[in-house]
Amino acid sequence: MMQLTLEDMPDFARGAAFLGTGGGGAPHLGQIFCETAIRRHGAPQIIPLEDLDDDAAIYGIAMMGAPTVIVEKLLCGDDALLAIEKLEKHTGRKADAIMALEVGGINSSLPVAIAAMRGLPVVDADGMGRAFPEIQMTTFNVYGVPLCPYVITDEHMESTIVEARNGDSGEAIGRALAMQMGLAVMISAYPMTGRDAQRTAVGGTMSLAVEIGRAITAGRRNGDPVAALIDYLRTTTYYNQAKLLFDGKIVDLVRETTRGFAIGKCTLAALDGSDSTMEIMFQNENLVARQNGMMRAIVPDLVCIVDRETAEPITTEGLKYGLRVKVIGTSVAPSMRTPEALSVFGPKAFGVDEPFVPIEEIA
Amino acid sequence: MRIGVDVGGTNTDAVLMDGMQVLGWAKASTTADVSSGIRAAITSVLNKSSIDTAGIRLVMIGTTHFTNAFVERKRLLPVGVIRLSLPAGRGVPPLADWPHDLRERIGGHVYELPGGYQYDGRVNAPIDEQAIAEAARAMRAGGITTVAISGVFSHVDAAQEIRAAEIVAQEIPDVSLSLSHRIGRLGLLERENAAVMNASLADLSRTVVQSFGDALDALGIAAPFFISQNDGTLMNADTVRRYPVLTFASGPTNSMRGAAYLSGLKNAIVADIGGTTTDIGMLVNGFPRESSVTVDIGGVRTNFRMPDVLSIGLGGGSIVRNDAGVSVGPDSVGYRLITDALVFGGDTLTTSDIAVAAGHAEMGDPSRVAHLPAELVERAMEAINAKVEEAADRMRTSAESLPLILVGGGAVLVSRDIAGVSRVIRPDHASVANAIGAAIAQVSGEVDRVFSYEVSGRDAAIATAKQEAVADALAAGASSDSVEIVDIEEVPLAYVPGGAVRLRVRAVGDLAVAA
Repeated sequence: MMQLTLEDMPDFARGAAFLGTGGGGAPHLGQIFCETAIRRHGAPQIIPLEDLDDDAAIYGIAMMGAPTVIVEKLLCGDDALLAIEKLEKHTGRKADAIMALEVGGINSSLPVAIAAMRGLPVVDADGMGRAFPEIQMTTFNVYGVPLCPYVITDEHMESTIVEARNGDSGEAIGRALAMQMGLAVMISAYPMTGRDAQRTAVGGTMSLAVEIGRAITAGRRNGDPVAALIDYLRTTTYYNQAKLLFDGKIVDLVRETTRGFAIGKCTLAALDGSDSTMEIMFQNENLVARQNGMMRAIVPDLVCIVDRETAEPITTEGLKYGLRVKVIGTSVAPSMRTPEALSVFGPKAFGVDEPFVPIEEIA
Repeated sequence: MRIGVDVGGTNTDAVLMDGMQVLGWAKASTTADVSSGIRAAITSVLNKSSIDTAGIRLVMIGTTHFTNAFVERKRLLPVGVIRLSLPAGRGVPPLADWPHDLRERIGGHVYELPGGYQYDGRVNAPIDEQAIAEAARAMRAGGITTVAISGVFSHVDAAQEIRAAEIVAQEIPDVSLSLSHRIGRLGLLERENAAVMNASLADLSRTVVQSFGDALDALGIAAPFFISQNDGTLMNADTVRRYPVLTFASGPTNSMRGAAYLSGLKNAIVADIGGTTTDIGMLVNGFPRESSVTVDIGGVRTNFRMPDVLSIGLGGGSIVRNDAGVSVGPDSVGYRLITDALVFGGDTLTTSDIAVAAGHAEMGDPSRVAHLPAELVERAMEAINAKVEEAADRMRTSAESLPLILVGGGAVLVSRDIAGVSRVIRPDHASVANAIGAAIAQVSGEVDRVFSYEVSGRDAAIATAKQEAVADALAAGASSDSVEIVDIEEVPLAYVPGGAVRLRVRAVGDLAVAA
């Protein structure tokens, strides 16, 4: 079994921010949180899906709330530990390992820090291989592992157990609770067995985040981090259909708050002097990229915006008029592209009235 | 009349202005005590212009002194840190991401205590006054004389930080206090970092502000003086004494504002060509475009308003080589230009020698570069131009062709047209653009907090924010008829229903003092 060490954290945070496709909140906070936890408690083991015992008890963990609140309240740790303890008490089973709901931003760092604090391994997997805005948008939910019961806690160590009839309802109730509890809440959800995890999770994503970060770091030393990143992605199991979609500057940015999400559209103009433009729609995460009106990549495939010089991933909140960026699109795990999966987090789930087309089938 | 002064690492420049007209300028060497360099520069410009000190109504000073001191770790005090956050934030303690050497040096007294607000201004946790007093007593026993206080959402409601400061002031006589809400915007860690950096400069800021005052006293100038901050606006002496951190990066801002003034343009690319580097930035609506990425100063993460500047290794002292083709920089002879360059009797070929050989600059002894082959001079000029072209292109944000304004002592290096820009402008007084930027600086006000559009509606929320920004600018000394809103930024709070939106509005205006 390998460890996620202190030295891995900058690369891990950077790679997770890339997989976050614009969502997931401030990656550096997650990084500092992890580093602090590892300094205090030691580095956690990271356990591959195939090494899990069939009946191991796995607990998912995530932060729910607004990135703009998290940057003020920062992170605690005890609240997330409490969420797991409450869920353990409720199900009657002690956790054998911790698992991320999403790899992306703070939510990939959180399980690493919590695993370090509890002295438990963190599973090398998550429930989407990217970030999504809602907690029912996981492959766990798609393939029959229920979201509930789940526990929601805040920094005052207040807690609630949610037992909703399905994932959608569980998300809606959780969101209402999160509002009242101050918008920086922790949840422990999707209690499952090792067998369930092997069957439903997207594997290898935590270690992949480290590798993506390393590829960017190495690219910076050699002069072309974006090319290095794409070259690396092409060697991976899930993200191998990786394309440079666009090289441009942000020339327009429209944001609005609808249904409680940061929804918007970002327009890029080409840097090569041509009239080519790219439009990227987002709902917390980037959803679809269109070049001159033609679709180039669409959710759940990844649409990632990175700094064109350093390949630093840019979150939707960090988008700003005038930024010079490159847009990278990649494929995702096959289990994310099935009809069942697309009904939970395909284009329609975000109000995008276009069918999903795999990136490798788009010219 | 008024005087603008720029205290740089090498030179102290002074300009004399009447209204918006430049009457004269002078350069002197920056001195260790700051004061005598300022005195020399001002004396020189007044002598040149035959102006009596009695006619000076205002003095504006720009300085990189505090930035340099922090980066070089000079004269930093150990700081007491109080964060009003518990029960939140326990997993990310203060100074967690600071470089080890700095944390060792200034961060021995850190206290996380109860306090903080919710995003909408509700109290998340009340403060514990006794715990604050105890922390202050422990700091006092440890010899702490400067304290930084931060709190969760303190930029939404500052009452807890202010109360904590009162308690600390009672326990530690003559303590210097740095309150995070006075410095930063959303982002506790970055705001707190800035407050701690500021607190560490408390001793230096007293000395330097005192030396500014002493210099003016010695010259018999009774006018008040103001100091420019990183967004190109001014603060008074008392503010900079307490918040020196607000001067960070005011240098590039001043040169860009000076370029805007000298050229009369509000939207342009500016290249400030110095001895070693060229700083290239964008003027948008008369102000430098701000950086969108977090700015790291001396290894510490901050979210200051900073101009988005690209620095490249090109200046008047850049070394020109003729090995496999002609190359320019990025290394420079720096301040040794006046001894090492060919025209000054040295034996290093620099960009200044090329400019003299090409007939674009007059300095030193031109006969010493007469032997340079015309082709070498031509190639070097091409290389210089290519560097500026590439950097200007990287900074442009639209296909629209903008003018390029050249300022700084090295502006003479660029002598021909630059591809991709509509025209190249070389204004008069370009070499003292930074001091001019200080002299024409305005004052600003800003609001940055979360509004609920569902409660008030978007228009009403923006109107409220504008009023608050204007009130803030007026409080900073702006004249009411000159204040205008220059920036509105809306960021919806992701993942939150209820129409919560972070609004940032900035107002600027001219100082209400006639000059």
